[in-house]
Amino acid sequence: MAEAAMTWHGVITEVLRRSEVRLVTYVPDNVLRPLIGEIEADPFFTAFPVAREEEGVGIVCGAWMGGLRGILLMQTSGFATLANVIASLPCAAQIPMVMMVSERGTLGEFNLGQALVCRTMRPVLDALAMEHHTVTRLDETEFTVERTLRQAFATQAPACLILSPLLTGGKTVKA
Amino acid sequence: METLHNAKVMNRFDLTKRLVAKLKDEAVIGGIGNSNFDLWASGHRPQNFYMLGSMGLAAPIALGFALAQPQRRVFALEGDGSLLMQLGCLSTIATRAPRNLCVILWDNGVYQITGSQPTPAATARTDFVAIARASGLPQSHWAADEAEFESLVDASLAGEGPFFIGVRVDSQPAVAQPERDPSRIRDAFMRGVGSKG
Repeated sequence: MAEAAMTWHGVITEVLRRSEVRLVTYVPDNVLRPLIGEIEADPFFTAFPVAREEEGVGIVCGAWMGGLRGILLMQTSGFATLANVIASLPCAAQIPMVMMVSERGTLGEFNLGQALVCRTMRPVLDALAMEHHTVTRLDETEFTVERTLRQAFATQAPACLILSPLLTGGKTVKA
Repeated sequence: METLHNAKVMNRFDLTKRLVAKLKDEAVIGGIGNSNFDLWASGHRPQNFYMLGSMGLAAPIALGFALAQPQRRVFALEGDGSLLMQLGCLSTIATRAPRNLCVILWDNGVYQITGSQPTPAATARTDFVAIARASGLPQSHWAADEAEFESLVDASLAGEGPFFIGVRVDSQPAVAQPERDPSRIRDAFMRGVGSKG
């Protein structure tokens, strides 16, 4: 991988491109800003914000059924709105709807609501028997993201990549 | 501007059959409940996707599909209660402005499948076509009667969208339902639209 790509967001952008994930829908998140910025600047991608995370699930599923690979970016609190649509659309219909979640609510969280809702994310993913991985290290990012995408598309299964503050720095305020 | 209150109350199954009779290789995403039941009952087509859960996502699924296959037209059939859950998607559709997308709204004013409780929109006399226009979809119209519904569908098949067709319908229940096998429905749809097999 090129030296210029050696930021977590540079690595992810390159892996998405290499994996032919052209459609990127997102609900904006401060931690994801550099990733969204790189993707928006690259004409390879069709990238746009959606009004609500559920909507992004529908768009990514519809695109895949039409032959276009996509991903949905969001933060932890957004994931918490999704259990019904994930269960009833990509899980039930076997659609590789890949999500990337910027992890709030841990390792220095300042918002109690984020800290509480964060606790629901992995139990929901486990309850739905969804493949999910938490990326904590830059040197593991390429492998984890690429293999997760590959497996999702090969097995027609939804998957979730959680970007830890250990990787991204997270979002903090002074105490 | 036409208003909701001038539109004739029509029959969803009748209009679904009129729509299907005009189609060739267009994709159709049938929303949860009666929207997809009537689509099924109108005669199965390989290009139909019957959405069994995920209430409110027929239009977003259709948007994603429209982006994936810009050469193929796609219709979303959505109920008023469903759209009310996901109104933000109208702004997203307006932003992307896919020329090949048409959303048809079946507005019976009730959550028919759960016992015909009135929707908040019906009680408040909310005008969905006005919402669609205000969301940035200028080609949004109420169908005044069956003939206008057909002419609006014809226009959406010939012109550049996105289109939004609002239809007031009665509360007749669906006469048949597709087999409840989501992965089979998805697989058949993908083969029908050429993205698999």
